[in-house]
Amino acid sequence: MHKMLGRSPSPKREAISGKRHGLSTTLRTYLLRHAQVLVYSLGQLSRTPVSTFMTAAVIGIALALPTGLHVLLDNAQQLSGGWQGATQISLFLKSNTTDFQARKLVNRLRKLPEIKNVRYISRQQALKEFKTLSGFGDALKALKENPLPAVLVIQPSTEQQSAGIAEQLLDKLKRNPEVDVAQLDMQWIKRLYAIMEIVRHGVIILTALLALAVLLVVGNTIRLAIQNRRDEIVVIKLIGGTDAFIRRPFLYNGVWYGLIGGMIAVILITSALLIISGPVEHLTGLYKSQFELSYLGFGSILNLLMASTLLGLLGSWLAVGRHLREIEPT
Amino acid sequence: MIRFSDVSKRYPGGQDALSNVSFHLQPGEMSFLTGHSGAGKSTLLKLITLIERSTRGQVIINGQNMSKLSRRRIPFHRRNIGIIFQDHQLLFDRTVFDNVALPLVIAGVPSNEIGRRVRASLDKVSLLHKEKSLPVTLSGGEQQRVGIARAVVNKPPLLLADEPTGNLDPALSWEIMQIFEQFSQVGVTVLVATHDLDLISRMSHRRLVLEQGRLIQGGDA
Repeated sequence: MHKMLGRSPSPKREAISGKRHGLSTTLRTYLLRHAQVLVYSLGQLSRTPVSTFMTAAVIGIALALPTGLHVLLDNAQQLSGGWQGATQISLFLKSNTTDFQARKLVNRLRKLPEIKNVRYISRQQALKEFKTLSGFGDALKALKENPLPAVLVIQPSTEQQSAGIAEQLLDKLKRNPEVDVAQLDMQWIKRLYAIMEIVRHGVIILTALLALAVLLVVGNTIRLAIQNRRDEIVVIKLIGGTDAFIRRPFLYNGVWYGLIGGMIAVILITSALLIISGPVEHLTGLYKSQFELSYLGFGSILNLLMASTLLGLLGSWLAVGRHLREIEPT
Repeated sequence: MIRFSDVSKRYPGGQDALSNVSFHLQPGEMSFLTGHSGAGKSTLLKLITLIERSTRGQVIINGQNMSKLSRRRIPFHRRNIGIIFQDHQLLFDRTVFDNVALPLVIAGVPSNEIGRRVRASLDKVSLLHKEKSLPVTLSGGEQQRVGIARAVVNKPPLLLADEPTGNLDPALSWEIMQIFEQFSQVGVTVLVATHDLDLISRMSHRRLVLEQGRLIQGGDA
């Protein structure tokens, strides 16, 4: 009994595995054929290296433009993100406030948990700063009195820095009787963000247009390749090649153009960033900023290459679909 | 194998290229298709390979009605026909081996089998030693033999030749015809379009003679 049970499944299993073997061979032949065409189409392109490179370079430049802008925008955002910590509130004190009253206010404010630091600029100090910085020193001499108010420059503690909370703090500070005008110095950051948003939309439009350009470049190149191989296509159709068989090398051509173009774009962007990294370092050094230029990350490179390959494939697909049907043996 | 029943073909805006052609070729039969140029030889071959479709009548190849074959099925129909062209139609950027292998690659034959079958086919036309050459380095007769090797590598049941000896001297032409005869002896249906009447007269095969689109000899009643 035991023996029988042990034996009986084996022929069945053989039959199943035999079937599977057939299927896997078919699949393997299919994949092998695709791999062969992939290599064959690369070989075909490498036979005309100059024209292949020129086409790929056009694609590379078209892709490098929006991608490079995107990287720059990311960098700008990172930089301005650091500036958000620079949100500060300026309190202009009433001109009749005495130095003593002002210092008392400073001490009171310093105790508030929402406030990290308070810097007091007295009327005399303000005048001195204005004289040295503005160059209107002589004009001020003509005035009998110092027209400038004392200023408290307040840096909110880190938790207070998002715009809404900073505005609440602003209202609170306004209520002090010594305060004439309270100003939140965030307007310019808001404006910067608004500008960056516009630029971002611009980059999206540019990306769409240049992606279209890549499609057209690949499509046109493949169209020419089809015309050059017209005789070959006719022969293959006559000896029983299906449309899919004829289409395949051209599609892979498009894939290669896209991939090589993408690689060229990566090289272009990285070298451009390397070139500007020196001056950027110098500039950030002047601002004593910790900012570091970020390059294309691994993920972005992968995305770029995938996008370019897909564009190449799509471009050749469009060209092949349009032009292959027109070629029939006569 | 090939059955034409009252077949007519009229090109758009032209006259009848073929009118009421009827004949039947048995499997393994070898026959010649002759006539002056413009008599309709090419049109008849185009109807078999589905480059053109008949205007009237029925063309039945290997049991299949050509007028009912969809566009998608045409490549598979052509794989059953070995075609030999007057100008060889070889691909000049590939070796002799790759040219002959093409029908097998198209049909998805596993690569280990391709080598064996290509060499067997080249052996039949005595060109085994030229497998690595490029077609341009071969003589006209050799190129035509490569074309034949490519046409038969798939072991098609039907072989069509369109003026296969048009550019060859009589000795080479005779040699090519001998090769065709060998194939018909192993069961392949062979139809050779030619106007080399001298050559035809030396061989005793059926003749289909076309004149102005009508079959005047060798057809069925």
